[in-house]
Amino acid sequence: MGTAEITNGIAQDAVIEISHLTKSFNGRPVLRDINMLLHRGENLAVLGKSGQGKSVTIKCIIGLIEQDGGVVKVLGKDVIALEDDALKELRVKVGFLFQGGALYDSMSVEENLAFPLTRVLKLTNRKEIRQRVHEILEEVELKQTAKKMPSELSGGMRKRIALARTLIMKPEIILYDEPTTGLDPITSKDISELIRKMQEKYKASSLIITHDMACARITADRMLVMNDGVFIAEGTHEELAKCDNEMVCAFFK
Amino acid sequence: MEQTLPRRSNKILSAIGEQVIFLGLFIRNVFKKGFEWNEFIRQCYIVGYRSLPLVAITGFVIGLVITIQSYPTMKSLGAQGFVPSMVAISVVREIGPVVIALICAGKVASGIGAELGSMNVTEQIDAMEVSGANPLQYLVVTRVLACTLMIPVLTLMGDAMALWGGFLGVNIGGHVSMTLYFNKAFNFMYFSDLFPAVLKSFFFGFAIGFVGCFKGYYASKGTEGVGDAANSAVVNASLWIIIIDALAAQLTNIFVYKV
Repeated sequence: MGTAEITNGIAQDAVIEISHLTKSFNGRPVLRDINMLLHRGENLAVLGKSGQGKSVTIKCIIGLIEQDGGVVKVLGKDVIALEDDALKELRVKVGFLFQGGALYDSMSVEENLAFPLTRVLKLTNRKEIRQRVHEILEEVELKQTAKKMPSELSGGMRKRIALARTLIMKPEIILYDEPTTGLDPITSKDISELIRKMQEKYKASSLIITHDMACARITADRMLVMNDGVFIAEGTHEELAKCDNEMVCAFFK
Repeated sequence: MEQTLPRRSNKILSAIGEQVIFLGLFIRNVFKKGFEWNEFIRQCYIVGYRSLPLVAITGFVIGLVITIQSYPTMKSLGAQGFVPSMVAISVVREIGPVVIALICAGKVASGIGAELGSMNVTEQIDAMEVSGANPLQYLVVTRVLACTLMIPVLTLMGDAMALWGGFLGVNIGGHVSMTLYFNKAFNFMYFSDLFPAVLKSFFFGFAIGFVGCFKGYYASKGTEGVGDAANSAVVNASLWIIIIDALAAQLTNIFVYKV
């Protein structure tokens, strides 16, 4: 699972390096000594049932959860060792698409998209902000929703706007936490294809956490299967399809 | 009992510790660059303007009821002429600030607790944090400062409405002109009555905003967490208001009235 690469020191093009990561909640181990590499420009999916530690892994990557042991390096920086300001600086380069979209309820779509531009990039030119917001809305095909509130949007639209809010910062890495959860199969496919399109356009490295094989097949070049806090299989869609592990096979049924 | 007592005191101590840390974070972020003026003004509008009708009605009814209830006793003592002064002093010094603060604890603290709690549950606060923005500065500093500034304004408004309520009260049983009523009301009132009352309202406002934000910001996940955050925000803010009031009464006696 990339451990050999890490220990041999050939992970130079890795944007995310996880080595010997462990995490427990109330004495129950959730992550058991996991190792992972995400290379620059790569799209990697982590597949697994609910409650296997997938979301905990990406929350450790972004520094929302502190691990018990091991090292998480993002763009060469040890996340846990970073001071507040340095962590903020790093987070600007890492986009995060939350499971429920996490759009700010009290703001319109336009304000949601402008928020990181004004607060993080400190842009003040209203014309430039509006232009960037409208450009990104056009890319996710939701230009007509600019003045709408999140409560007026459907689940699929919320995911698209959340993706737009992530992309507007032009991040180097994008972390997707269950991007198709709660969506019907057609909308799931649309979102997966949109993610693929955006990956090709923005050339950001992606880590997609999902239990949806269809989404993983569309969005990822390589897949890792997680079970009970450890990775049990790795490979492309075709390679995993041939795997005889029961848990891996379950995703292809 | 031997086991639960230390565990309980541990829980209380860690709750106090968490609030002290949150206070430290709040103070640090107040003075950080990039104060959110627009959000602060929006919060002043929500806390102040939107609470105005409730505060006005409460103040008016307080003044009216105190007058109606005290009038017969004062009349039997032949002191009905002092009713306006009594109403004015009791409302301005104590009843107005405390009742208005408790009403606002119910309306504002629960609102802030539920709003931030729901933002926490739906990962909106996490989303702000991972985007590199500062959720404490945007959500907490603005709300706490808006409450600190607006509660004294609402208290003054409530006091004024209570005086009008008193005016209606004295006119139910007889006829007192507006000039005479207000003349009597302000006759025995001094700056030393108003100043400590307004000062303690700032602390009440701070307690309302701070407790609401603290409970919401650290609400446990799930819909139950939002309800708990709103509920405990009201209970804790009300408790703090009573404690601050008791302290303020003692300090006012020592420093203002030199008792």
